[in-house]
Amino acid sequence: MTRRRAHEEANRAKSKAGFAGRGGTALLFALPQLAVLLVFFYWPAGEALWWSVSLQSPFGGEARFVGLDIFERVLSDPEYRRSLGITFTFVFFSTVIALALGLLFAVAADDALRGSRLYRTGIIWPYAVAAPVAATAFQFIFDPISGLMAAANRVSPGFWDPYLDGSDAFWMIVIVAAWQNISYNFLFILAGLRAIPTTLLEAAAVDGAKAARRFLTITLPLLTPTFYFLLVMNLADNFTNSFGIVNVMTQGGPGGATNLMVYKIYSDGFIGLNLSASSAQSVILMLIMVTITVLQFRLIERRVNYEI
Amino acid sequence: MVHMSRRARLVSHAILAAALVISLGPIFVALVAASHPVTSFADGAPLWFGGELFENLAAVWARGDFERQLFNSVIVAIIVVIGKCTLATTAAFAITYFRWPGRDIVFWLVLLTLMLPLEVRIIPSYGVAANVLDPVQTVADVSGVSGLLHSLFGVDVDLRLSLLDSYVGLTLPLMTTVTGTFLFRQFYLTIPDSMVDAARIDGAGPFRFFVDILLPLSKTNLAALATISFIFGWNQYLWPLLITTEPDMKTAVIGLQALIPGVDDLPLWNHAMAATLIVIIPPVAVVLILQRWFVRGLVQSER
Repeated sequence: MTRRRAHEEANRAKSKAGFAGRGGTALLFALPQLAVLLVFFYWPAGEALWWSVSLQSPFGGEARFVGLDIFERVLSDPEYRRSLGITFTFVFFSTVIALALGLLFAVAADDALRGSRLYRTGIIWPYAVAAPVAATAFQFIFDPISGLMAAANRVSPGFWDPYLDGSDAFWMIVIVAAWQNISYNFLFILAGLRAIPTTLLEAAAVDGAKAARRFLTITLPLLTPTFYFLLVMNLADNFTNSFGIVNVMTQGGPGGATNLMVYKIYSDGFIGLNLSASSAQSVILMLIMVTITVLQFRLIERRVNYEI
Repeated sequence: MVHMSRRARLVSHAILAAALVISLGPIFVALVAASHPVTSFADGAPLWFGGELFENLAAVWARGDFERQLFNSVIVAIIVVIGKCTLATTAAFAITYFRWPGRDIVFWLVLLTLMLPLEVRIIPSYGVAANVLDPVQTVADVSGVSGLLHSLFGVDVDLRLSLLDSYVGLTLPLMTTVTGTFLFRQFYLTIPDSMVDAARIDGAGPFRFFVDILLPLSKTNLAALATISFIFGWNQYLWPLLITTEPDMKTAVIGLQALIPGVDDLPLWNHAMAATLIVIIPPVAVVLILQRWFVRGLVQSER
């Protein structure tokens, strides 16, 4: 299908004539979702925007517009800059680990014919576990006194202590975040692999291409749309959903070593009661989410073009 | 089928064995820990099962508000399932079967919420939950309606309705669904137009068509959406953490955190792990038993 025809097709399929001229009824059907969206999504998002450019009086007086002052203050705060650095490092490593292992396991499961259903079930179940609940189990595993890591500490005292050592704590939350996303990535990559026509691989094999070459020149390129999609989903998840992990395991510590942006928004706003700073940070995270969403939209467009 | 060497196949199985150790390891460790008395944790985690699993499960169950919190989680998850299925089918119907000016607006308003996860609007969302009529109040104040009513009738507009510590508050904001709405939109687009034509010839209006024809056809997709919504609802963390203060209204995922022993506490990891097992049973059971629907819901709704 040519690009143009795909586009026309997509436009034509956008809606049906259905019940023409019944706009009131349509509004009625859309109203439940619309009402919840406006009250709980757009209104609070708007408020966060307004609070980030104004000084709110805590006792309900008039608010004062201050432009980008709060952003300037937040962005020049060394603590916030450190949080930005930690967050991007965290997102990078947890995304890379989860994608790499998801790919590795999916390729293996696609090859192993026997028991592949069993493997699949065993690997996807972590998706059902909430991040803070997984964090609870890992909190025990990584406990330096009572957990599995206690054995390492007996051999070499002080080897592992996420309560005191910032880098231990950081890698601990990276592992938990990655552990959760492996299952999701595995599921989608496996589906992507299954969708590759075997005739292509067979033809390549007949032409004498070895397994490694077939993988690099056929399988991987055909997986790029899946990979792109998963990259976006993992990024979005790691920027936001990591809140549960941090709040359960480290509360941003020790010494701010795991103070991710999303946790700082919560602690500055809810515990520190600094509405303006917290809102400005919310808006910055919102901008990151906007970027990720734009990536996602471009992906949807591209998917249409890829379809044969 | 492309031939694979024996060695390559062995490597695959070795990788998968490692994958299972990674994915199932934590649950094994939790299960082992939950079967021991507290004295077993003096130096390091026990590596094999003890004999007190049921004692520990019972102890956790009886402890504090945990039973009540599990009940709350069930209620919240069920309401979220019903809510998401309702809002997804109706909104998708409105943007698929009608050509009206609001169609594109609704479409984009739903889609753009992808940019607004709860994490970026934490504090103001709490404000809305504390007084869900605040948007109306503010609009009335700013637009001058409040002032007008005050000067004309001497009435002060003071709208207050708190959703804190309530099931409505716990579930209402979770009912919107981008993926669900687009899952149904995609599905409706595959239904032949002749269906709606035939219905109209028979005199059925949009309501009749929706209830009697569209919903029965949607069973498979409803099952898929219900499965992922149940897990979503059960696993909520940040929102219930924000809006519940009474132990009676907290959910199990929140309550679990209170059971984690602190550095200076008695290492009651056996109770914490027993509670972890209880909390993960419902969603894991859903994934295992309804795997077909779950995978379908997950893969399809992301298209």
